[in-house]
Amino acid sequence: MPFFGLMAPALIYIFINNYLPMFGVFIAFKNINYSKGIFGSDWIGFKNFEFLFKTKDAYIMLRNTLGYNLLFIVLGIVLSVSLAILMNEIGKTLLAKIAQPIIIFPNMISMVIVAYIGFAFLNSQTGFINKSILPGSPISWYSKAQYWPYILTVVHIWKVTGYGSIIYMASIGGIDKELFEAARVDGASRWRQILHITLPLLKPTVIIMVLMSISKIFNSDFGLFYQVPMNSGVLYKTTQTIDTYVYRALMEQSDIGMSSAASLFQSVVGFVLVIVANQIVAKVDADNRLF
Amino acid sequence: MKNRLMGSEKTFFIIACVLVVIFALFCLLPVVLVISASLTDERALVADGYRLIPSKFSFASYTYLWRQRSMIGRAYMISIIVTLVGTVLGVIFTAMCAYPLSRSSFRWRNIFTFLIFFTMLFNGGVVSSYIIWSRGFHIKNTIFALIFPNYLVGAFNIILVKNYYQNNIPASLIEAAKLDGATEPQIFTKIMLPLSKPVIVTITMFSSLAYWNDWTNGLYYINKKELFSVQLMLNEIQQNVMLLRTANDRLGAASVNVADIPSNGVRMAIALIALLPIMIIFPFIQKELIKGVVIGAVKG
Repeated sequence: MPFFGLMAPALIYIFINNYLPMFGVFIAFKNINYSKGIFGSDWIGFKNFEFLFKTKDAYIMLRNTLGYNLLFIVLGIVLSVSLAILMNEIGKTLLAKIAQPIIIFPNMISMVIVAYIGFAFLNSQTGFINKSILPGSPISWYSKAQYWPYILTVVHIWKVTGYGSIIYMASIGGIDKELFEAARVDGASRWRQILHITLPLLKPTVIIMVLMSISKIFNSDFGLFYQVPMNSGVLYKTTQTIDTYVYRALMEQSDIGMSSAASLFQSVVGFVLVIVANQIVAKVDADNRLF
Repeated sequence: MKNRLMGSEKTFFIIACVLVVIFALFCLLPVVLVISASLTDERALVADGYRLIPSKFSFASYTYLWRQRSMIGRAYMISIIVTLVGTVLGVIFTAMCAYPLSRSSFRWRNIFTFLIFFTMLFNGGVVSSYIIWSRGFHIKNTIFALIFPNYLVGAFNIILVKNYYQNNIPASLIEAAKLDGATEPQIFTKIMLPLSKPVIVTITMFSSLAYWNDWTNGLYYINKKELFSVQLMLNEIQQNVMLLRTANDRLGAASVNVADIPSNGVRMAIALIALLPIMIIFPFIQKELIKGVVIGAVKG
C-alpha cells in the first residue's frame, strides 16, 4: 500500500492531464453548444470532420505540415550528421570546447524570443536584412508568404541542428577507435574513413531517428509556425499547420467543432504512425524499439 | 605515402575547423544582433537599422527598463515562482512515482508502467485538454494555469528515473534496509533519492527549462496582465507591434496605443533580460544537458 501512496500524486495528475482529455475526444463528434452543456450537446457523428476536410484550410494545413516535416527530416539528418562528424574531427581542441555550447544554445531560447530575433532581421523599416543586405530594394517580409518556407527552414535549422547532432556525436564516440587506426595504417584518408567506417556505423541511429520523426509527421512545432511569423494572417498560406489551425479555430474563432476534429485527426494518425514506426524499428534493430 | 596522408589529414582538419567556425557564427550572430540593438541609441537604430555592432552606443534602453522595473519585476517574479513550484513539485512527484515502478516485488508495476507509457503514444489533443482544464477545473486566469497543464509530470521522465533506479541501485541495498525495519517511504527518501542524484539533476534541468521558456499555457489560459510571465509579456508586446502594423496599413484604424509599445531597443533589451537566466546557467549545465539527451535517447 505505501507504494500507492507514493505514486498517488503523479497518477492523479496523469489521469487529469492525459487520460481525461482522451475521454474528452467525443467532443469532436458533437455540435458543442455551451447552453446545453458539453454532455447535453447533440451528437452529429463525423459531420465536423466532413466540414473540416471540405475547407481549403484543411488542404493548406495538411500540405504545410507534411511538406515542412519532410523537408526538416531530410535537412535535419544531413546537417546534424555532418555537424557531428565535423565536431568529432576537431576532437578535443579549444575550438571544440567553445563551439559545443554555442551550437546547442539556440535550442535553449524560447520561441517568443526567437520571434524577436527574427524581427530584428526581417522588419521592413529597420531590419538587418533590409537595411544592411538589401538596402536598395527592401522587402516587406511579414506580408509576403512566398519567402516563409525559406525563413522558417533557416530558423528551424538554426534552432535544432546543434542539439540534434548530440545524439550522433555520442554514436560516433562509441565507435571502436581501432577501426580508424587500422584504416589509417592501410593508407585510408580521413574522408575515406568517414565514408567507409563512420557513416555505415551511424546507419542504425539514423534509421531510428528518421522513423521517430516520421511518426511525428502530422505534428508541427507550434512555436515556430505561430511565433516566428508573428501570427500574421497574410502568411497563413505558407505558415499554417495543423497545430496553428487548432489554436486559431479554438481560441480566435471559438470553433470547437473544427478545432476538435483537426486535433483528434492529428492524435489518431499520430498514434497509428508511432505503432507502425515501432514495428519497423523492432525489425531493423530490436534493441532500440520503443516498446 | 605517409607524408601525403599526414598532409591530407591536416587539410581535412583545417576544413573541419573552418566549417565548425562558420556554423558556430551562424548560431551566435543572431543573438549578437539583438544584444547590439539593445545597446544602440534609438534614433541611430531607426536610421541605420539593426546592426551587429551598435552604430551609436547607448544604455538608454536599460535605464528605461530600470525605471519600468515594477512591471518587468512582477513578470519576472511570476516566471520564477512558476518555474520553482512547477519544477520542485514535478520532480518530487516523478521520483515518488518511479520508485514503486522500479521494484520487482510490486505486483501492479507492469500495468501502471504501461498506463503511464501509453500517454506517450496517444493524447486527447489540445481541444479536449483545454476544455477540461478551463471548464472542468476553472484554472483560467489563475497562476495554476501556468503550472499544471502539460508540464508538471511526464511519462518520459518517470520512465527515465525508473530505469535509473533499476539499473543503478542494487536490490540488495533495499533488502538490507527492509531487514533493518525501514518503511518504503523511508527507503525512498533515505536511499533512492540520494543515490539517484544524476538523473534527478537531469530531469530538474529539463523541467525548469520547459517552465521558464513556456508561453503556450499562458496563451491559452491567461489574459490578465498581472499574471503575465516574462515570456507572456514579450508575447503581448510583439502582438501589439503587429496590430499596430496592420492598423497602419488600414490607415487610421489604430486600436493600439503607440505609447504602449516600447521602442525597438527596449524590446530587444527585454528579450535579452528574459534570456539572461539561461545565458548565465547554461555554461554550467551544458555538459549535464548533453548527457541527459544521450540517456534520454537511449533509454527513452
